[in-house]
Amino acid sequence: MITKQSRSIWTEAWGAIKKNARATIAFYVLCFMVVFVVIGPVFSSFAYDFTDWSYLAMPPNFENGHILGTDSLGRDVYVRTLYGGRISLMVGIVSTFVSLFIGVSYGVFSGYMGGKIDGFMMRFIDVMYALPFMFFVILLMVFFGRNIFLIFIAIGAVNWLDMARIVRGQTLALKQKEFVEAAEALGVGALAIMRRHIVPNLLGVVVIYITLTIPQVILVESFLSFLGLGVQEPLTSWGMLVKEGAEDMQSTPWLLIVPAIFLATTLFCFNFLGDGLRDALDPRDRQ
Amino acid sequence: MFAYVIKRFFSAIPTLFILITIAFFLIRMAPGGPFDADQALPPEMEANLRAAYHLDEPLYQQYYRYLSGLVVGDFGPSFQYRDFGVTELIMTGFPVSLRLGISAILIALIFGVAAGSFAALRQNSRYDHFIMTLSMTGISIPNFVVAPLLVLFFAVMLGWLPAGGLGDGGFQNFILPTVSLALPQIAYIARLTRGSMIEVLRSQFIRTARAQGLALRSIILHHALKPALMPVVTYLGPATAGIITGSVVIEQIFSIPGLGRFFVQGALNRDYTLVMGVVVFYGILIILFNLIVDVIYAYLDPKLRK
Repeated sequence: MITKQSRSIWTEAWGAIKKNARATIAFYVLCFMVVFVVIGPVFSSFAYDFTDWSYLAMPPNFENGHILGTDSLGRDVYVRTLYGGRISLMVGIVSTFVSLFIGVSYGVFSGYMGGKIDGFMMRFIDVMYALPFMFFVILLMVFFGRNIFLIFIAIGAVNWLDMARIVRGQTLALKQKEFVEAAEALGVGALAIMRRHIVPNLLGVVVIYITLTIPQVILVESFLSFLGLGVQEPLTSWGMLVKEGAEDMQSTPWLLIVPAIFLATTLFCFNFLGDGLRDALDPRDRQ
Repeated sequence: MFAYVIKRFFSAIPTLFILITIAFFLIRMAPGGPFDADQALPPEMEANLRAAYHLDEPLYQQYYRYLSGLVVGDFGPSFQYRDFGVTELIMTGFPVSLRLGISAILIALIFGVAAGSFAALRQNSRYDHFIMTLSMTGISIPNFVVAPLLVLFFAVMLGWLPAGGLGDGGFQNFILPTVSLALPQIAYIARLTRGSMIEVLRSQFIRTARAQGLALRSIILHHALKPALMPVVTYLGPATAGIITGSVVIEQIFSIPGLGRFFVQGALNRDYTLVMGVVVFYGILIILFNLIVDVIYAYLDPKLRK
């Protein structure tokens, strides 16, 4: 009997991260960032939409409790940045899963079906690549209002093309494996094979592309917010805070610098982590 | 070669058609009419307005009208700037955006390729790590964060450069916007060049050239650079798309009266025809540029010219 434990994707991924010093640091910083935006506001006595009339547009100051200052409406920058981080990270994760869902379904179907269907579906992706998607998202935001669920879906619907292509490639390879042949011989239906035999084996690639998609999505959201088309007041996101900060940067530079540092650090770490994982795990690079 | 160009040209047409169709029907799906105002217009007046803009016709006729207008370069009338056609508006903004975009692409190519080759030649050295970390920073930090920081530093604190606007259209007004627009692309091109340059330097024909005793400088300039630049050429398509998208925020930050600013203003004012026109125009530009890139690529790599 074979007793060798098959190493799960998670142990393999963790092993890969640990070998790469920069990816390890990036991973810990991201964990810290997530925990910080979730519990950080507890350490401040201010609510994110609370107006402190006695301290309008105050620079960072420890004595009055506004450790990162206040904006022109007297709202605490520390608390608002963390709340903005919650929205930015949530958009990042939810939209990534939307794009994951579309991309994986599309890619697996295309790859498994093969032949004419595959040819047509891939040609369609080529066409989609040439479209200025960002502008369609902007149009959607303008027409249908700045609804957070629409943001999740619109951004997710933009980012699935890469995922679909990669998943299709992997599916083509998996289709040749004996276990798929065995399932076919047993009379398992095509959809069941895709769901039970193909999709679980795609986890490795999917994990890599999740870490690479999240920063892209956060970037798109902050881009929209920067144009005034993202989440609505009094909710906020890092992109919106950067926009507000950029408007008055001469008199109140901390309003720009604080959220900019948070946003940049997060994107930076996700990119390093994704790069490290890709170098270590991507089957396309393996010889 | 000519057959390839023709073939490639015709394959771009369906893409263009899909782009226009999506844009058109997306606009028609939009809730609310273009003439919704705080005060409702008298019904006769609204009917007249709708008739003047052909909005009373069935949808397929409007679609046909829009398509036949586009063929001769007419993007229809603007809903907000009532005396102007969308084509006129696009043509006022486009030259400014074009100047900005072309300078940004050129800067990105020159600095990106130089930095990437430099890093590749000193692989795993301190310089290499430094350039790669810097380029990762450039990719990670969005240009709408970099741009205000650059303004804060060079315009507000040091006072060397103007903070925004075009002034008299002088050179110094373009420096900060162009640099902010080019930075992410420099970073990306540097990474691409480094990767492919390392691969090329390991290949057999470079080893042969070295064995023949050619100078390193001439090996790189005459043998390595061209194959190493192939991925960069491929990337020029997405780079243009990135620059166009980026110019929307950059023009906003620096108050530059280009196409991107028209787009944002139009979107916020619900000037549907203007917005649709700009999207279609951008789409045509991107598709056209992808076409040019493919032709250049085929010219450089004869294997593709089947």
